[in-house]
Order: sequence, then C-alpha cells, then structure tokens
Amino acid sequence: MTIDMSKFLDTFFEESAEGLDAMESGLLHMQDGAADDELVNTIFRAAHSIKGGSATFGLSEVAEFTHHMETLLDEVRAGKRAVASDLVDVLLESVDCLRAMLAASKSGSAGDPKRAKSLSARMAKILGVATGHVVVTASAQPVQAASGGWRIVFRPHAHLYRTGNDPVRMLRELAELGEYKVSCDTSRLPGFVNAQPEECALSWTVELRGEIPEKRVREVFDWVDGDCDLTLEPLPASSEKLAPDAPAVQAVVPVAKEKTNGDKTSTPAAPAAAETTSIRVGIDKVDALINMVGELVITQSMLGQVGKDFDMSRVEKLMHGLAQLERNTRELQESVMRIRMMPISFAFQRFPRMVRDLSQKLNKKIELRMSGEQTELDKTVMEKIGDPLVHLVRNSVDHGIEMPDVRRAAGKAETGIVTLNAFHQGGNIVIEIKDDGAGLPRGKIIAKARKQGLLGADEEPDDNKVFELIFMAGFSTADQVSDVSGRGVGMDVVRKNIKALGGTVDVKSESGKGSTFTIRLPLTLAILDGQLVSVGEQTYIVPLVSIVETLQMKKEAISAIAGRAELYRLRDEYIPVLRLYGLFGIEPRQKDLANGLLVVVEGEGKRVGLFVDDLQNQQQVVIKSLESNFKRVPGVSGATILGDGTVALILDVSGVIDASRQATAPSGLGKNQAQIRAA
Amino acid sequence: MSTAQAVRMANEAAGSDSDNFQVSANSDQYLTFILNGEEYGVDILRVQEIKGWDSATPIPNTPDYVRGVINLRGTIVPIIDLRARFGLERVPYGPTTVVIVLKVMHGNASRIMGIVVDAVSEVYNVSQQDLKPAPEFGGAVRVDFVKGLATVDKKMVIILAIDELLNSDAMAVANAE
Repeated sequence: MTIDMSKFLDTFFEESAEGLDAMESGLLHMQDGAADDELVNTIFRAAHSIKGGSATFGLSEVAEFTHHMETLLDEVRAGKRAVASDLVDVLLESVDCLRAMLAASKSGSAGDPKRAKSLSARMAKILGVATGHVVVTASAQPVQAASGGWRIVFRPHAHLYRTGNDPVRMLRELAELGEYKVSCDTSRLPGFVNAQPEECALSWTVELRGEIPEKRVREVFDWVDGDCDLTLEPLPASSEKLAPDAPAVQAVVPVAKEKTNGDKTSTPAAPAAAETTSIRVGIDKVDALINMVGELVITQSMLGQVGKDFDMSRVEKLMHGLAQLERNTRELQESVMRIRMMPISFAFQRFPRMVRDLSQKLNKKIELRMSGEQTELDKTVMEKIGDPLVHLVRNSVDHGIEMPDVRRAAGKAETGIVTLNAFHQGGNIVIEIKDDGAGLPRGKIIAKARKQGLLGADEEPDDNKVFELIFMAGFSTADQVSDVSGRGVGMDVVRKNIKALGGTVDVKSESGKGSTFTIRLPLTLAILDGQLVSVGEQTYIVPLVSIVETLQMKKEAISAIAGRAELYRLRDEYIPVLRLYGLFGIEPRQKDLANGLLVVVEGEGKRVGLFVDDLQNQQQVVIKSLESNFKRVPGVSGATILGDGTVALILDVSGVIDASRQATAPSGLGKNQAQIRAA
Repeated sequence: MSTAQAVRMANEAAGSDSDNFQVSANSDQYLTFILNGEEYGVDILRVQEIKGWDSATPIPNTPDYVRGVINLRGTIVPIIDLRARFGLERVPYGPTTVVIVLKVMHGNASRIMGIVVDAVSEVYNVSQQDLKPAPEFGGAVRVDFVKGLATVDKKMVIILAIDELLNSDAMAVANAE
C-alpha cells in the first residue's frame, strides 16, 4: 500500500503560502520596530513548518534554504541579534525567493538556484559577522555543522518478532526526533517459497537530521538491545544522499509511508489554478449551521404533526409553524452564505509589503493605513478583486503621492498617506483607496483627451466626465512610462473586472488634496435582491441595485424623436424609453405608455426607462446560470426559480442598454467608442 | 406512464444482466420516439428522464425552436422543439407530447437539454453492423445529425447524433474561452 503523496503536496503548498504570508506580515511589523517575542516566534514557527514540510516532500533545496532563514531567526529569537533593517531586507527577499521556489516546484519547473544561493550566502554573512566568532565559510556548511544528525543502520536478528518487538514502532519513534529519511534493505529476503513469516529478514537505514543526542537515539532501541545489529554514524553535511547500501529496488514494506519520503515525490500533474478551491471555515460557523439544521428538523416535525389530522381549528398553529419555517430557512441560508465569507484582510495583507517596496523604489515616503480589515465578503469576489486593488494602490503610490520635496513645498507633511478602508453599506461592500497626494491632473487629462480626439476642442467637460476618461483603454497621462505604471493599460481593466463582479468604481479628486477611488461590490454573487416585473405573460427580475425609481408616466411628458426614439421627461432630464416587450419580442398587455409603468434603471452611468406592464413584489432570488446548460443570452444575466416553480429570467441592465443601442441607429456615442477601439 | 417504465427497465437492463434485454459488446440500446409519423432513436444511456410537456419560460432573441427553459429540480434546462428544429409543421401539443431530457456532450463537458417530441415509442437493441450510414438526402435534416439508419421489424429508425444536433447553430457553445 502506497500513499498518494501528491494529495498532501497540495495541502503543503497551500499551508506554505499561508506561512509565507504570515512571515511577511510579521517581518513588516518587525521593521516598524516592534520586535516582540511573540512576533519573532510567529515568523520562526512559519519558517520551521515550511522547512519540515518541504523536507517531508523531498524538496531538499527549499528545506535547505529555509533552514538558513531559521538559523538566522533563531538567533533573533534567542536575543543574540538585534533587528536591523538589513536583516529584515534579507529575510523579506528570502520570503520572495522561497515563494518562487515553491511555485517552481509546484509547477514542476526548475527554480532559480542562483538567487537562493546568493541569498543563502548573504544570510551566512550576517550570521558570521554578528555572532562574533569566525564561521568557517559562507557556504552551506557552517549552519549545518551545528545540527548534523545520525545515520542509523538497524539490522534486526531473525528472531526479533518473537520477542514481541515491532520495528515499525521504533521507526515511528525515530521519526518524531527530527527530519527523517528511511530506506529498507530487502536483500536478505529468502524469496516467496522459503519465506518464514515469523522471521525478520529486513533491515533499515535511517537518516535522521537535527540536533539529537546519541543517547536519545539509542534509547529507541533499548528494548531490542542484543536482538539486533545497530550502527550509528554522525552525519556531517546536509547534501549527502541516502546510504549507498540501500538497494535500488525497494520493496513495499509496512513502513511504506515513511519510505516514500525518501523518494522524490512526483509533482502534481497540472498546477492548480491560481484560485484556491478549498476554504477554511471557522468552527463557530459550522456549529451555527448545525444548530440551525437542528431547529429546522424540529420545525419540520412540528409541521408534520399539524398536518397529520388537520382541521380548521389548527390553522393558527400551521401559520405559526410556517412562519418559523421561513425564519429557519432564512437563517440557514445566511449561515451557509457566511461560510463563503472571508475577512477582506486576505486581500489587504499584500499591500504593506507592496507599498514598502514601491516607496523605496520611487524614493517616496509613504505610510499605509488600513481599516475595516475584518469586513467580510464572498471568497470568489475577494479572489477577483485582488488585482484591481493592486492596480489602484500602485496608482496612488506612483501617481498620487508626490515626492517628499514637492510635498514640503506644498506645505504638506513629507510622508504621504495612502488609506485603504472597507465597510459594509446596504447589501454592498465598499472599498476606498484614498491618497493625500496631488489629485488627478484635470488639465492634463483634458489636454490628452483632446489630443486623442476623445474630447472636442472647445468642450468643457465636468469633473465626472474628466475622471471617466481615465478608465478608457490606452489612456495615460504619465510623462514617463515606468515599470510601476503609466502604460495606460490598467484602469480600463480595473473597471472591467469590477464590472464583471457586478460592482462599480467611482473617483473623487481634488487638486492638491488627493483622490479617492471607491469600489462598490455586491456581497455575494449567488443571491440578488430583485424586483419582479411582468411583461405580458412573462415575469422578469430587475436587480434592485440598478433601479433608480419606478413611476407612472404622464402623457404630456412623453415625446419622441423622429417618431422612433421615445423620451420621457423626468424632472429636468430626458430619459430614453425602452419597450421591454419590443426588445424581447413578446406580446404585452399594455402598449400604451401611459397605461404601463416605467422602471428607471441605471447601468454604466446611463439611465434608461424600461417600459413594463406591471410591478410585482420584491424578493431575494437565487441566481442560476443559464450558461451551464445553454449559453449566454444578451440582456439576460441569469435565471432563477420563482415560488411556483417556474423559471424567470434576470435582466442584465447594462446588457439591455447595449442591446437597445444596437437596435437603434448608431448614435454619436457609439461612434466614439468605435474610435477608441480602433485607436 | 408506460414509456417511463420502459426507460427505467431499459436503464436497469443496461446496468444489470436482465434476460429480456441482451446487451452485447457490439449492440447498443436506443430509445425511439415518433416525430411526424417517423421513428427516431437516441442512445438510451444519454436519456436522463422523460417528462410530460409543461410550459417553458421563453428566452428572448432565440430561434423559435428553442422553446425556452424549464426548472428541472433546481437546474435550468433549455427545451428544444424537434419538430421546429427539423422544419416540420407545428402541431398543438397533445397528451402524448413529451420532453426527453438528454445529456449532451461537447468535448469533456456536458449539458442537460430537453427535446419535445410527439410521443415516445420503444426501446430497441441495434447491433453496430445493423446501423447503416445515412445517404445524402438533402432534406431538412442535415446528414451530420444522423448517426445511422437501422431497420427494426421492417421499419426504418433514424438514429440521431444528439451531440451534433444539440450543439449546432443557436445552441452552440461559445468557444471563445
């Protein structure tokens, strides 16, 4: 029986990534001068588990490299070494290097051994200088010398089993002492015909690493003293391979699990997608779920009893039971959704490091402030919001915050402040990225837009329109393209990604005071607050978030252009009227605008009025995919199942607006877009 | 629901060693149905269930042979009217009109779709050598939708290639991704 190690390998990679994140954030805190014991311990523990894990899976380079880090950290932990910035730098770089090494082994490609080697050398140098005594060389040797290990050749006599001893138990005990590699020698096996099941013909060679006293190792074999041949040799260096006397063909023996460790574990067939497929759920959330299911069962049995011999006198009881069922169901639904929710700190945690590196590179002084890290949002949303956030933060650091001397001249503190804030608002999560820098260069944007033909020469756009421009593809005002930003790809991608999640992004900016980007996202992608509207026989669902208002039209406010494009005057605004039945090709009950209702919706900053027959109720609907069994349908974002079991389609408001625009003659706006695409 | 029973029996037969239905290596079982007086067959292992016709929610801007989507125990399943798909004359849906829910493969992925037919008929064993290739008949039904022609009890049964049929035209999966 062999154990499929690749299954555990994935877990190892996942855990290592978490460990590295912990190390990184710990190191960043350490840099702030707060090197308390707990912090150092956290970092040390993370490094230690990565070392242990990588050795288990035969990733010897990773293990060796982590070992150097561990040695360095151990000295910090023991108080032998002060936390200096060069130390933190080296360790941070090592974290990066380790991450790259792990990624390389995950994908099965070769890593960058040079980088690891140079970092190892740097660490060794730091070690050598500070401990005060001369260390032999700056290679891998010195750190290993302190913690060699043992090569144990364990050759039990044939009668070992009869004494009641089990070699597997001893090998397990050895495994607990330190890093451990074992190989089994089967050359003494007599062959199947002559096999004596009661006799032991196997012997083992164990390589045990770590600072383990000889006495401790011998203790393991105390019980079999005299029943076996035991040789112990100290191990000097780390790179030495398994004992040569281990035969090439290794039989599968009861210690198969341990034996596999020595073998090079196969890399997983395909590297997993960037999005992790497992989540860790707090036990409290699971407990809440179990409680709720318990209540549901109670309610169900109560209802069953009511229904058994039902008469009108029990109606009240039935209603009561149904109300309880509704409450249970809602709570259960909320708890299940909460399982997918994770605090946004998972997305935020990469920023301290990023801002630190960027500010060093750009010679700016920047302080990053984060708040609302505990705000929870859906895991899928979080995974997809990561990249847009990185982009916006980079932008704030690069374009927003000025150089220290510029800031001083402007009467501001030299250190710029970038603030990340997250909070819940209604059914949305709002993420703000704020900087106190120069603000968006309004004049520059306008000039550039004129040059690219996005704006007319004498057009004087308002702020909203100007800031809208920065989200256009290929638009950048940076004088110089740096490797940080300025290529003009990005803001359009940011907006596209956020839109794909059903969110919006807004900009506010004040010259000289800074700018704020506000991202609004739905909490979850699985449930939606909807307004049910009817058109003819059909029921459609309009997402509540996109509805501005609903009204009955007055005849005198309806007008038309060229008899086709109908407009409705709402206060001081003309809103195009879109007859939903015409767009969807169904027979309505109302064709006269004055008899139906107008649902004013907003999508992508444009407002249109959807003409429908009637409004029904508002309710939460579970979004079901149309694509899984059919395909994407323009103007429809999905489907749901109503209370009566029928299917209703959910409108995609921006899709409907697009579709209506294509149906009518190409307007000025459409042409404009075509130009952008061509540019 | 004798037809549903037939399917269940056939499915059981495919899974077990029933005596009534001899399943050999080179013989497949087909569920046949009637469409405009002709008998068509589909691979029975692809049949998920047979259900009576119930109204579907129409999908805007799709050809009229896409009747809409129905709720099949929480899954949204599109329904294709096979008469309309083959350009046959529309008839009102009657008591024998049924929806055959099929598993349609495209590449490694699968989709669940329903087809509306006049009535279900039989379950036949057809050996592979009895399956004759369809001649070019230049009619409404494209030859690539036909897997072959079989003769059972001196009647012709048109065996449909449902993957080709239900992944074509408006039902095609966008291959952009």
